[in-house]
Parts: sequence; structure tokens; C-alpha cells
Amino acid sequence: MAEMDTSSGGGHKKGPGVKKGKKLSTRVDLTPMVDLGFLLITFFIFTTTMSQATAMKLNLPKDTDKPEEQTKAKESGALTILLGRDNHIFYYEGILDATASNLKSANSKEIRDVIADKKHRTDEKDFVVVIKPTDESSYKNVTDMLDEMLINVVKRYALVEISPVEEQVVKLSEGGAAAPAGK
Amino acid sequence: MARPKIPRKSTSVDMTAMCDVAFLLLSFFILTTKFKPSEAVAVTTPSSVASKVAPEKDVVLISITKDGKVFLSMDDVSKKQSLLNSLNQIRSAGWSEADINALAKLDFWGMSIAGLKQQLTLPKDQQTDKTLPGISVKDTANNEMNDWMRAAVSTYSGGSMNLLIKGDNESKYPAFKAVKQALTKNDLLKFQLVTNPQGVPTGTDLYKANQITKGGAPVE
Repeated sequence: MAEMDTSSGGGHKKGPGVKKGKKLSTRVDLTPMVDLGFLLITFFIFTTTMSQATAMKLNLPKDTDKPEEQTKAKESGALTILLGRDNHIFYYEGILDATASNLKSANSKEIRDVIADKKHRTDEKDFVVVIKPTDESSYKNVTDMLDEMLINVVKRYALVEISPVEEQVVKLSEGGAAAPAGK
Repeated sequence: MARPKIPRKSTSVDMTAMCDVAFLLLSFFILTTKFKPSEAVAVTTPSSVASKVAPEKDVVLISITKDGKVFLSMDDVSKKQSLLNSLNQIRSAGWSEADINALAKLDFWGMSIAGLKQQLTLPKDQQTDKTLPGISVKDTANNEMNDWMRAAVSTYSGGSMNLLIKGDNESKYPAFKAVKQALTKNDLLKFQLVTNPQGVPTGTDLYKANQITKGGAPVE
């Protein structure tokens, strides 16, 4: 209370007219505004360059019915990848035998090692990967597999229609794979 | 010794000029940026390690949506007109000159050839992948994409056509297969799949190959 009295008394001492309002500077510090400006610039630069679509090249073999024109692949160097539903991947080396005992299952991560392993085991000019998507597989599965070809630098690969036998085998294996999980 | 008095200068710099520059650049970038047009055909593309940027000229783009509907679009209006003209001849669709001009103005085509004129009757904001049925490709015997591609081949004969396929992650393989068959039938064996860029996983063969070329040491 005492303090308030002195301050008010001091103000009154000078009397009316003598009291001077402090003159404030009109200059504002613009540094934060500059910071903000450059922050937005960097934001726009980064966001604009990121969204560029790329394209993956794909060359298809010519449709031909004549067997002598079709591309031949050595059995020992062939790796066939079958794409099933729900991202299931099956593969076999060489030719699928009658009981489908050489058909193995893999997930999207394991298949990379499978391809790399097969590539290092076989002679480069014999190595060929055959990709056979079933009707149940998605477009993403197909492009992912073509991407794996790029990642593993597979020189020769082909996108081939699946045969009815293989389709049957994939269907059975998918059923078989689902059954143990259900138990 | 009496030293001459140097007036002490303030260290604070006038930021106004810098602020001007910053906002000038900002407005420049905002105004020059092309905003992605809200796409009538919504497609989420898969990602790949392919680093080649998709071409933007002489593009023939086939979009596959997640329901398996197929749409076709092109960038050049005059090329669109000649494509429609040759398609008119191939299928004898009976389009008049005015029809073809109107059809060429559409951003994309997404109907069977017989019903394509119906797309003109729809207002622009209703021409989306939800409302339109897409080009019919499912029927193997009567795959209309065949005729579209035949028309495209005759339009771009002599020139180079950049054939792009933009498929949705979730679209099933048969739609892509049908498009692929239409392309191979017309001897269009080289095309490109539109993808999102993605980093190369470490330790793979491509990663090693990239390391060598980036290091500047030419092999062989």
C-alpha cells in the first residue's frame, strides 16, 4: 500500500503537462519473419521435387505359336515364381515334378534371397526367371516381382501365363498353407 | 592521450531487405509450382527402384483402377483427334467430325466404343472412375483395347509413342493381363509401368553396381 502511494504521489509531483509518454520505436525485429520465410521456401522445395513418378521399362516377347521361335530356357538355370492370392509366393527350380515336391513357398522378403542365391549358383547365360501370376494375384505383386528383377540385376526374365496344372498346385498349396494356421 | 571518440554502432542489421527476398522467393515457388490436378481416375501406384523419370511428351497412358476398370488418356489433342479418326474407321462407329472434336477434348476415355458418346453427356465433375464403366477389356474375344491400340499405332506410325501403364496396387492381375494381350497383339512390346521411386535396398546386386558407378571407377 505504501508503495502505491509513493508512486502515485511521484507522478503527480510533476504536474499536468510535464508528463511525457515514452516514444516507442516503430522498427520491428524482422528476424523471425525471415526465418519463417526461408522455412516455407525449403518446405516447398522439398515437397515439390519428391513427387515425381518414375517408370519401369518392360519388354515383352513377341507372341508366337511356332515353337522354333519361342525362347528356350535351360532347365538347370530356370527359376519359376508363381504368384498366388494374398501375396503368397511359390517358386520352383527347373521343372515342376509330378508330385509338386519341389514347390516351395516364400514371402516377399525371402524371395529376394532365393533369387540372389539361385543367381550365384548358376551360370549367368543360363539363368532365367519366369514369373507366372495367377488371376488372384494383384498388380502390385507383379510389379514388385519385376522390381526384384531390377534389384537383383536379373538379365533374363519373362512374364508368362500360368498353366492349368500350376494353377491347381498353387490353389492346393494355398489351402494347405492355410490349414495348419487354422488348427 | 586523448582518443578520438568512435560512435558505437549497433550490431542489429536491418532485416527488411532479407525478409523481402525470402517472401519473394516463397511467392515465386508457390506460384510456379504446378499443383497436382485432382485426378478423376484415382490410382495408387506401386513403388520400384527404377530411377528413370516417366516421360511427359507423346504419352499414351493406360490406367487400371483398383476395381479393374481400364481408362485411356493422351496428352496431345491433335493426336487424340487422329486416334479417334482411325478408331472411327476401324470400328465404323459412325462419329461425325463434331463428335470427334468433342471426344478429343475429354481428359480420358472410359467407356465402351459404342457408348463413348454417352461420356460427353456427363458433366465434367461426374466423369470419374466411380461413374464410368471403363473400356471393356475383360472379354477376351472382344477386347476393345485391341482396337484402341491399333488406332494408336496408326496415329503414331513413324513417331515414337511413350506407352505408359499406370496400375493400382490392389487391381487384380486379369485386368493387366488383358491390357498386356492387347499390346502384344499390336506388336507394342515396349512399354513402361508408372511407379513411385524407392531406395535400392543395401547389399543387393543393384546396390553394389550403383556403388561402383557412383564411385567413378569404371569397371571393364
